[in-house]
Amino acid sequence: MRNVFIVSAVIFSLAGCGSQPPAPEQSPAGVESATPSEVVTQPVANVVPPPFDAMSPAALKDPRSPLSKRIVYFDLDSYVVKDEYQSLLSAHSKFLAANPKMKMLIQGNSDERGSREYNLALAQKRADAVKKSLALLGAKDDQMEAVSLGEEKPVCVEQTEACWAKNRRAEMLYSGE
Amino acid sequence: MKFMSASRVTALLAVWLANTLFAPAQAQLVIDVTGAGASRIPIAIAEFSGDRVVSQALTSVVRSDLERSGLFKLIDLTTPVGAGDTPPYADLKARGADAVLGGSVSPVADGRYETRLLLADVPKQTAIATQSYAHTSGQLRATAHRISDFVYSKLTGEPGIFSTRIAYIVKTGKRYELQVADADGANSQSALASNEPIISPVWSPDGSKLAYVSFEAKKPVIYVHDLATGRRHVAANFKGSNSAPAWSPDGLQLAVVLTKDGGSQIFLVGADGSGLRRLATSPGIDTEPRFSPDGASIYFSSDRGGSPQIYRVGVSGGAAERITFDGSYNVSPRISPDGKSMAYITRVGSLYRVALMDLSTKQVQILTDSAKDESPSFAPNGRMIVYATEVNGKGVLAAVSVDGRVKQRLQSAQSADVREPAWAPFNR
Repeated sequence: MRNVFIVSAVIFSLAGCGSQPPAPEQSPAGVESATPSEVVTQPVANVVPPPFDAMSPAALKDPRSPLSKRIVYFDLDSYVVKDEYQSLLSAHSKFLAANPKMKMLIQGNSDERGSREYNLALAQKRADAVKKSLALLGAKDDQMEAVSLGEEKPVCVEQTEACWAKNRRAEMLYSGE
Repeated sequence: MKFMSASRVTALLAVWLANTLFAPAQAQLVIDVTGAGASRIPIAIAEFSGDRVVSQALTSVVRSDLERSGLFKLIDLTTPVGAGDTPPYADLKARGADAVLGGSVSPVADGRYETRLLLADVPKQTAIATQSYAHTSGQLRATAHRISDFVYSKLTGEPGIFSTRIAYIVKTGKRYELQVADADGANSQSALASNEPIISPVWSPDGSKLAYVSFEAKKPVIYVHDLATGRRHVAANFKGSNSAPAWSPDGLQLAVVLTKDGGSQIFLVGADGSGLRRLATSPGIDTEPRFSPDGASIYFSSDRGGSPQIYRVGVSGGAAERITFDGSYNVSPRISPDGKSMAYITRVGSLYRVALMDLSTKQVQILTDSAKDESPSFAPNGRMIVYATEVNGKGVLAAVSVDGRVKQRLQSAQSADVREPAWAPFNR
């Protein structure tokens, strides 16, 4: 369906290349009637979500919270935590500091290319790097455990760079998850 | 041809016997040869005189052993040659044979057989050697491999590897099995099965035990497993990860990789789990230790120089010497049995291949042209290297000769991934 829209939109804009003024780009091609359809509004009863508490364990599963994001991805052969993950790790670190009874398991992973043993060590380094970042940002060392799954637990099994990139990761799991 | 000849029926029966009766029902690895040596020795392997079924079961295995090695070219010979017969030298010479193998099979008491061999030089028209074997019908494949070893060593001057075994991991769905099979892929037996990964099997120098890493305790732990009894013990289970075991040549120690003190670092521990000392220290990754055959040094992979490369350190520690310099990824060092060369995995562009370095000249030859090679392991005669690779998304084992000419692929009939091969030492 999406493809149909794109193709139609291209034809539409090509047609607009003549002497006539160009059609608005946002025009939904293929919709016949130009008149807006009738709109009915009605009140919706109390779906306002509960107030958002960033430091509550409920935030771990709340899609609005950065804590719901748990994966740090790495470059090939690398165990350097990229800058783009600083805010994510900062949120988890603050959460751990605010909830000293919470424990985190950090699982390091690699893509499946190259040596299985080297990948086990590389994935350990990835988990260690995440743990170290969290500790620097305020989480306590004994709240976290870094382990390696090497290349043994891929999330994607296709032979593509996009897929390998998904496997080069460290996942943060909280106790009880 | 409307009817099969009697000999054709017997031949098929012998092949059937060899493939079914004398091997377990488990799916085997079947070997395809995709290359051959530069100069192959032309040899005729005659049917032996005596019991035809036994003879053909033996000779079919000997023929496929020798042909698979890539060092022999088989010359057809339809007439049987007994151990005491004079081979048809003129005919064999006319067809280019340099050597001929004949033999006699005689039943002795209690269902046992005696097989006597004649290996002869065709141009000289003289016997090279004779040999005899006592065996049961259940030992036909083993006897055939011993015959192949005998012929191979007499004609090449090197020991044969047909009687050796290979250990490897089979992954079927979420199930992992540590299996041991004959070097030709037959007689596979399962030593361990688990729902968690098993990696890095290595043979003890006497061939009686395997050390390996199992994740069955939800983390990597090193075990030593006695194959005859099936008994095993934990060799290393420290806090964190325990992996990459390697045996010292005397079988008394293991080099292991532990993360107990942070990072993956190399330690030495007694094979019984006793005593522990750290071998090397680096801020990054040190892993995949392997002893040199003289036991004096340990090769390992490390990223201490910024990219994964291979280093060498003395067993008593000290400064490590970098061994590989070409490329950004060189891992999995394995030293040849004579200590003169090193097989390893190198990344060429984005392809992972088996390379061989002459340790004295540092000259490197890339032996394979595949994309995802791993885990090289030398045959005990140093002539072949078995490794894991991937074909059509499936893990398979392959082998390549150290000159890169002979290439074999061990195909599993199962829809399983086969990986982590380790070639056993010679039987003692």
